[in-house]
Amino acid sequence: MNVLDFMKDHFLFLDGGMGTLLQEAGLQPGELPERWNVSHPEEIVRIQKSYYDAGSNVVLSNTFGANGLKFDEEELETLVMAAVRNAREAARQSSGTQEKFVALDIGPLGKLLKPYGDYEFEDAVAMYSKTVRFGVAAGVDLIFIETMNDSYDTKAALLAAKENSDLPVFVSNAYDGTGHLMTGASPAAMVAMLEGMHADAIGANCSLGPDQLVGVMEEYLKYASVPVLLKPNAGLPRSENGKTVYDVFPPEFAESVGKLLEKGIRIAGGCCGTTPDYIRAVVEKSKTITPVPVTEKELSLVSSYTHAVEFGGSPILIGERINPTGKKRFQQALRENDIDYILGEALKQQDAGVQLLDVNVGLPEIDEPAFLLRAVQELQAVTDLPLQLDTTDPVAMEAGLRAYNGKAMVNSVNGKEEVMSVIFPLVAKYGGFVVALTLDEGGIPDTAEERVAIAEKIVKRAADYGISKKDLIFDPLAMTISADTTAALATMQAVHRIRHELKVNTSLGISNVSFGLPNRNIITSTFFALCLQDGLSAAIMNPYSQEMMNVYHAFRALHNMDENCMDYITYAQNLPAPTMTAPTAGAGTSGSTGISDAAAASSGEGPSSELQKAIVRGLKEKTGALTKELLATQKPLEIIQSEVIPALNIVGADFEKKKVYLPQLLMAAEAAKSAFEEVKVAMAASDDGTSGGSSRCPFVIATVHGDIHDIGKNIVKLILENYGFAVSDLGKDVPEQTVVDEVVRLHAPIVGLSALMTTTVPAMEETIKLLREQAPWAKVCVGGAVLTQEYADAIGADRYCRDAMETVRYAEEIDEEWKKS
Amino acid sequence: MDCRRIIEEALASDKQTIPQYLDYDTPSLNVTEWLRYSCIPVYEQENAAKDPEIAASMEAALSLIPGALSFRVGFCVVPLSWDEDGFPVFPFAQRSEKLRKNILGCDRAVLFAATIGSGIDRLIRRYEKADPKLGLLLQGLGAERVESLCDAFNGEVSEICKENGRETRMRFSPGYGDLPIEVQREFLPLLDAERRLGITLSDSCLMAPSKSVTAIIGISG
Repeated sequence: MNVLDFMKDHFLFLDGGMGTLLQEAGLQPGELPERWNVSHPEEIVRIQKSYYDAGSNVVLSNTFGANGLKFDEEELETLVMAAVRNAREAARQSSGTQEKFVALDIGPLGKLLKPYGDYEFEDAVAMYSKTVRFGVAAGVDLIFIETMNDSYDTKAALLAAKENSDLPVFVSNAYDGTGHLMTGASPAAMVAMLEGMHADAIGANCSLGPDQLVGVMEEYLKYASVPVLLKPNAGLPRSENGKTVYDVFPPEFAESVGKLLEKGIRIAGGCCGTTPDYIRAVVEKSKTITPVPVTEKELSLVSSYTHAVEFGGSPILIGERINPTGKKRFQQALRENDIDYILGEALKQQDAGVQLLDVNVGLPEIDEPAFLLRAVQELQAVTDLPLQLDTTDPVAMEAGLRAYNGKAMVNSVNGKEEVMSVIFPLVAKYGGFVVALTLDEGGIPDTAEERVAIAEKIVKRAADYGISKKDLIFDPLAMTISADTTAALATMQAVHRIRHELKVNTSLGISNVSFGLPNRNIITSTFFALCLQDGLSAAIMNPYSQEMMNVYHAFRALHNMDENCMDYITYAQNLPAPTMTAPTAGAGTSGSTGISDAAAASSGEGPSSELQKAIVRGLKEKTGALTKELLATQKPLEIIQSEVIPALNIVGADFEKKKVYLPQLLMAAEAAKSAFEEVKVAMAASDDGTSGGSSRCPFVIATVHGDIHDIGKNIVKLILENYGFAVSDLGKDVPEQTVVDEVVRLHAPIVGLSALMTTTVPAMEETIKLLREQAPWAKVCVGGAVLTQEYADAIGADRYCRDAMETVRYAEEIDEEWKKS
Repeated sequence: MDCRRIIEEALASDKQTIPQYLDYDTPSLNVTEWLRYSCIPVYEQENAAKDPEIAASMEAALSLIPGALSFRVGFCVVPLSWDEDGFPVFPFAQRSEKLRKNILGCDRAVLFAATIGSGIDRLIRRYEKADPKLGLLLQGLGAERVESLCDAFNGEVSEICKENGRETRMRFSPGYGDLPIEVQREFLPLLDAERRLGITLSDSCLMAPSKSVTAIIGISG
């Protein structure tokens, strides 16, 4: 019998702990338990038989750590084969009459994935795939992924299981005392991602006892539409006379697990510290309990690597600003591979209060799949907001969905068969919450009825791919009323009917409605309010528009979605006070006292203009505003040369004299950056073509291979950019050849390498060696906590730069020579 | 409580203890250390605190961390023996002269790993680009937090030892002096640090979460 069929009306019992039983049988500390499958098969069979005898339906093969990082391919195959054989033999020998299954056990690789660790997601998928393939060949009944404490790692393992087998896959995560994974994911986030990828059962194991996991289990039962599993420890471990003992014994364990069976969990076993006696007690206890049916939860969820966002209640704001359409500055950033600009837009929108970010990086001349993949990874390194992947290119969509850590929103499908037949399979594989536009081969219908009809067609087609309507959100398309004054009415009716008759969520790109009209915000925000009243679940919108945010907060307060109006009060109290003065006149009230002033005053050559003063004092907004003013009368590059650079020189000199310190230097750099930003906008608008203010030579910068510390490197980069260098930042943990290739590509005269650890200095040396061979013209400066002049000399660097300003000074020398040549 | 029991038990026995895990309350903040780790030298700190921009960023940093950090320590106690060349024998391979000097005369050592979790790394990531000075202050704050956690644990160990008529040495970390960082590859598994503390090691032996510390505390008679 298939394990899934069996589970339909039975509890499924797993086995218990393995480690302590193996130690009792003589496994030595440091010895790899998987090797016992071959060296001590009789012990493994004995232990596993005792679990079947106790009533376990499923015994996990002794392969928790069987992966390609610990064993070579040949040994891995031998061990997995032997492990499955042992479990089968245990089932054969057991006198138990229950249904028996063997699961391939897969534990974490023990590597943290990028961006917080150094291991590639695709490498992890490949590594798990090996174990899965051997397990499938050995003939297991199901795959059991367990003890995973990171969301991305879990995705890699599940993807490997799905891509290399058709077997049922159970996924179990390890939660800490706060009810989250070590890397931050909540149960709801895990449910959203794992169900999206069609895990057959999900839940928690290890780390805590059954009582401490009640909260986590309740969350699973609330969100999950698949069976929920629990495999807790025998309480908490203590050391007693050199032995580990656990504080929950079989009767209490069974009592606690029994309560959770009553609440609805369907699969139970034990982890660390549990023995066959625990399983026997649980099986016995379950005889008085009727399994609670697993029900479909009609919840529409998307998730990031930390949390889930639910649609259908309080309206969801999706930031629209990561999109090149009609934005010259954004297009320029895409062409220049300026990912920081995109990250900046993401963070600004997060601060403005959106719950999701739309990500559109489509421009005809860029490699969209590669860029979207990179954007997803970089965005998920700085923001925990879930993303909406917005592309018409199915290749880009797959690249983005695959790399996404969580369950993404997919923008979009429509009623065209050719679109549904390529996008729905991706959603079925990777999971996703899909925006569906109510248009088809016949275009956008004029009436609400016809749009609803298309929506109905899409719901049916999605079901063919196993995608239920809770994972669809319809966009009935807002058209401008300047062309057709009935357009908004049709949209609002469609929103109403789809939400209330089809009972599916709706979303709109709000701002289209006012296209071609003056003072668009008035129409847009009113339309937003009316659509919300008709049941709109989400809006793709501009969060910088105060009118839109006003509507959002007021609507929530008026619709009883804001307890005690607390969100509204916080929002409204922090609104900028209406002012009659020009925006720049009142700026600069802060920073007029304290060290910045003192430093500025004490330097020999003080700032000579308002703009220079603003930069020296690190006043970001004021600097931006003053630059904007100056741009009316001065050329962009002139402002850089006569205002920004001199101001930076003042701060830089003071930093070198230790009159100001690093945070102040950074403040000034940030302020200068806002001046550059204004200059770039002005230049992009005038189609000047030259990149914003880069008047100096290319500078390639990287943290070397093996090193993941980049704060120092990022500071140097920021300051270099301020001084007009065209910095190409390769990031951290950069392979040697990648640095060389970039230097060759740009014919860059200077390279900066950073390393924090002594262990990564050899990688620096190797990079320099390759540079000397393939890019002999390039000068190399090095920096980082462990470096010294002697070290720099020993590895053949041209210069050791102690800090950001020394790097600038050296780069200026090189730039002079570069300009001469 | 558990810490005391384990240490006292270990002092009375000559067996290596099973790793134990402790959750600490938020240690009190050492502002001087925080700012020092944030590249503001001690002699500048008084001035810095008067700078409204710095003060605002400090406040922002402090407002971001509640709930984002956890304070966990895993530790075990090992008996020490000495090889024929006079180096201490640990459950990991090393021949460090500095470590030998540090624990000369000790008969036991506490091995521990402390971490404030991955939340701080997410915050640093989030802010280092959007607001570099805040990023720097968060970086410094993370360093101070994990050091203060080590101080809290170390203080407890020292006090328990003292009450039992024993002395403790300055804590000594892998990667310090001539004790190679590669020791981490054997050190962390001794504490089951990946599973129990969420500390993983990169190929170049860097810990993630980045605000994690491993160290050895020698105990002498």
